[in-house]
Amino acid sequence: MPAPIRLRELIRTIRTARTQAEEREMIQKECAAIRSSFREEDNTYRCRNVAKLLYMHMLGYPAHFGQLECLKLIASQKFTDKRIGYLGAMLLLDERQDVHLLMTNCIKNDLNHSTQYVQGLALCTLGCMGSSEMCRDLAGEVEKLLKTSNSYLRKKAALCAVHVIRKVPELMEMFLPATKNLLSEKNHGVLHTSVVLLTEMCERSPDMLSHFRKLVPQLVRILKNLIMSGYSPEHDVSGISDPFLQVRILRLLRILGKGDDDSSEAMNDILAQVATNTETSKNVGNAILYETVLTIMDIKSESGLRVLAINILGRFLLNNDKNIRYVALTSLLKTVQTDHNAVQRHRSTIVDCLKDLDVSIKRRAMELSFALVNGNNIRGMMKELLYFLDSCDPDFKADCASGIFLAAEKYAPSKRWHIDTIMRVLTTAGSYVRDDSVPNLIQLITNSVQMHAYTVQRLYKALLDDISQQPLVQVASWCIGEYGDLLVSGQCEEEEPIQVSEDEVLDVLEGLLVSNLSTPVTRGYSLTAIMKLSTRFTCVPKRMSRIKKVVSIYGSSIDVELQQRAVEYNALFKKYDHMRPALLERMPIMEKTGTNGPAEIVQTNGETESTILDTKHLPNITQPASQANDLLDLLGGNDVVPVIQTTVPTKPASAGGELLDLLGDLSLTGGPTPTPAPSVPMSQPPFLLDGLTSQPLFNDIAAVIPPMTAYNKNGLKIEFTFERSNPNPNIAVITIHATNSTEADMTEFVFQAAVPKTFQLQLLSPSSNVVPALNQGSVTQVIRVLNPQKVRCYCEPRPHSASYRSRSSEISPFILKHLQ
Amino acid sequence: MMHFLLLFSRQGKLRLQKWFLPLPERDRKKIVKDMTTMMLARKPRTCNFLHWKDLKIVYKRYASLYFCCALENQDNELLALEILHRYVELLDKYFGNVCELDIIFNFEKAYFILDEFLMGGEIQETSKLSIAKSIEASDMLQETE
Repeated sequence: MPAPIRLRELIRTIRTARTQAEEREMIQKECAAIRSSFREEDNTYRCRNVAKLLYMHMLGYPAHFGQLECLKLIASQKFTDKRIGYLGAMLLLDERQDVHLLMTNCIKNDLNHSTQYVQGLALCTLGCMGSSEMCRDLAGEVEKLLKTSNSYLRKKAALCAVHVIRKVPELMEMFLPATKNLLSEKNHGVLHTSVVLLTEMCERSPDMLSHFRKLVPQLVRILKNLIMSGYSPEHDVSGISDPFLQVRILRLLRILGKGDDDSSEAMNDILAQVATNTETSKNVGNAILYETVLTIMDIKSESGLRVLAINILGRFLLNNDKNIRYVALTSLLKTVQTDHNAVQRHRSTIVDCLKDLDVSIKRRAMELSFALVNGNNIRGMMKELLYFLDSCDPDFKADCASGIFLAAEKYAPSKRWHIDTIMRVLTTAGSYVRDDSVPNLIQLITNSVQMHAYTVQRLYKALLDDISQQPLVQVASWCIGEYGDLLVSGQCEEEEPIQVSEDEVLDVLEGLLVSNLSTPVTRGYSLTAIMKLSTRFTCVPKRMSRIKKVVSIYGSSIDVELQQRAVEYNALFKKYDHMRPALLERMPIMEKTGTNGPAEIVQTNGETESTILDTKHLPNITQPASQANDLLDLLGGNDVVPVIQTTVPTKPASAGGELLDLLGDLSLTGGPTPTPAPSVPMSQPPFLLDGLTSQPLFNDIAAVIPPMTAYNKNGLKIEFTFERSNPNPNIAVITIHATNSTEADMTEFVFQAAVPKTFQLQLLSPSSNVVPALNQGSVTQVIRVLNPQKVRCYCEPRPHSASYRSRSSEISPFILKHLQ
Repeated sequence: MMHFLLLFSRQGKLRLQKWFLPLPERDRKKIVKDMTTMMLARKPRTCNFLHWKDLKIVYKRYASLYFCCALENQDNELLALEILHRYVELLDKYFGNVCELDIIFNFEKAYFILDEFLMGGEIQETSKLSIAKSIEASDMLQETE
């Protein structure tokens, strides 16, 4: 059998192949030769063959049949064989292969070899790809080598130990004694790998971290020597001595100083020194500065140092080198939360980076810009961001649009500005806007009541220009449906009103329905909008029949959603026409639940009356407390007699007043029970018991306080009915019914109530503020009272102002006071 | 730590692959393909850093070869550029004005040098002189046996 060709020759031959097929043929021929050579157990040429196999493997061809051969090479005595064998093992034999474990014994032997280069090979292989089992078996050997005085082996053993710890963290303890004097080495290789080992241990174990904190002074000293020492040719890189070691030490200091005042204190000086003395003209210096900045930001550094760090990042932003700008933006993004003001100073530079050509830099700059937006700079920033949105790549548009919406929502200086901004986004990046922004925008538009006419006009004009951007079209159709009447009436305060007729509007909406550009969702919006316009526009028969026709056409649409809508609307026209106006009337302002957070007691839904009421009742709160004190003294403590005067409010200055126990802290019985209080006539039952001693007849949740008449004078009778709010038993829901038995209606009926501070009161709007005469109807109003401490209370009318005028009646506020 | 180091030509041919994490063969091939596509698509004056999955990719082009490595989040990218540069310097010292052909025909030597410089994804020696000496001695050992 002729000698197998040399590696060089094989490579040369393969490179002459002109096509993939030719190459494959050559490779297959050679593989066959190699396989037969392996079968013959040829020791002489095994090394050469495996080398050739590795080359072919790199080209992408399978080489698994060489795995065992690698093992044989490793077991050989020749250094050449071992070199190739270990290389082959690292390339072909990762831990997923079954053959992997067979290496263990060879490696063990080689770790104890007399030649350091053989030991080195073994350590390297173990440290790059040793499996957990191998690491477990050989950890002892590695630990031994970690203590050797041979620096060549020591540095390799240290990194090997790092790998062992990564694979089998439990073995970390084992290496602890060997780390004792690692840092007193002079050899930079050993120093570097020791710092890596210490870093790995500290990252994995808090105990190790506290143990190694005592090394901070030593590390600081080593770093200082590196900076201060003169030129050392062996480790010099562009005038800086061993930057790799410097960066690693800085990283270890970061981990040791984090969260620890003393350590941070000890490193302040050296960090300042590195930050100010490092040359920044080359990449090397900047790499060290970068690491320093990261360290300063993470430890408990003093504020002067932090400002220095941010300024370094600011200088980075102005650097010509793109890499450095990128790194600066990334770091600023990390620090913007904690050091917001300092980062703000560099805002203009950051905004300039939006115009950079590099995609990665643009993205970072965009994220950072959004983080820096606040109430003061919103106008300027938004201008830049909108410009960016216009010109950026499509990948960015979605994120940018969402960011703009969020920022606009938080910091919009005026509603008009907000709506203009949204319009701008929709028209420039309309198709990239996220789906959930459509409902959010609609909600926003409904809330800005004064801007409705302006908004619908602008949206209409935008629709005339372009109907391809679906989110824009959807929002526009919805608005036209809601505010179509404002659109055709030609009233617009904010800008020149346009003249558009109802038919033109319907044309546009019908156009959307038939257009190929409209998605099914958009069609749904337009159909509903057309339907709503049947009530908004004047009821001309031709128009109604036009709308009815459109609606009935879609009753047979293939799209199920459209079909359902059309059929339902059709039914509305046919059978329920009397309900149509009510069903299609203007939407109320929608409460936003998410971003504002749920308020406990929310002021009511935008009705102006209640807000007046609420603001009025606030000043009253303080007064009742002082009056209550007097009465409390008279009444004494717990075992009290709820004395009830139901109908007529007697002079309140007297001892009685009206006392109603509205919220007994324990459950209440349904009916009254006679109390031992002597002198007061019990005319009407509904006083509520002192719940402290009675047996509960109902459970708490269902406990109902019986209704009572709170006021009955001069024909005006007010009854309270009570119940506990179901989800929250601390809330009592009081419904007042006001009826008027006089002959004249009582207009401008306003009910006020005041509560002491421990309570919270919510007055919902009354059903009406006219109480019709002769008991023909009643006004109802719901009051919710939250009594978190379940204190008993009673209610009494204000001492003065008990009279009322017949045309406008103002009931004196009832005061909820509390006993004890 | 570095997850992998790759060298490939402008035509996308792999010249060296060093993996510091165990990955199945199929995944390795896919990663090589992804890296090659990404790097070759980069425009000339863009920055040398990329984000890929949860790793930072640092690459640098030297003549006809792309040197590409993958770092974890806490690693220093600017220093990685220095690491790549140091490796090129070591190759240059060893081969004397190294070019792609040297690495093609002597790929095993390129690996040996790399194994003296990096191990387990970390730097093992920061002195150029020391590495050169070790390689020389190992070569001598090979010659004399």
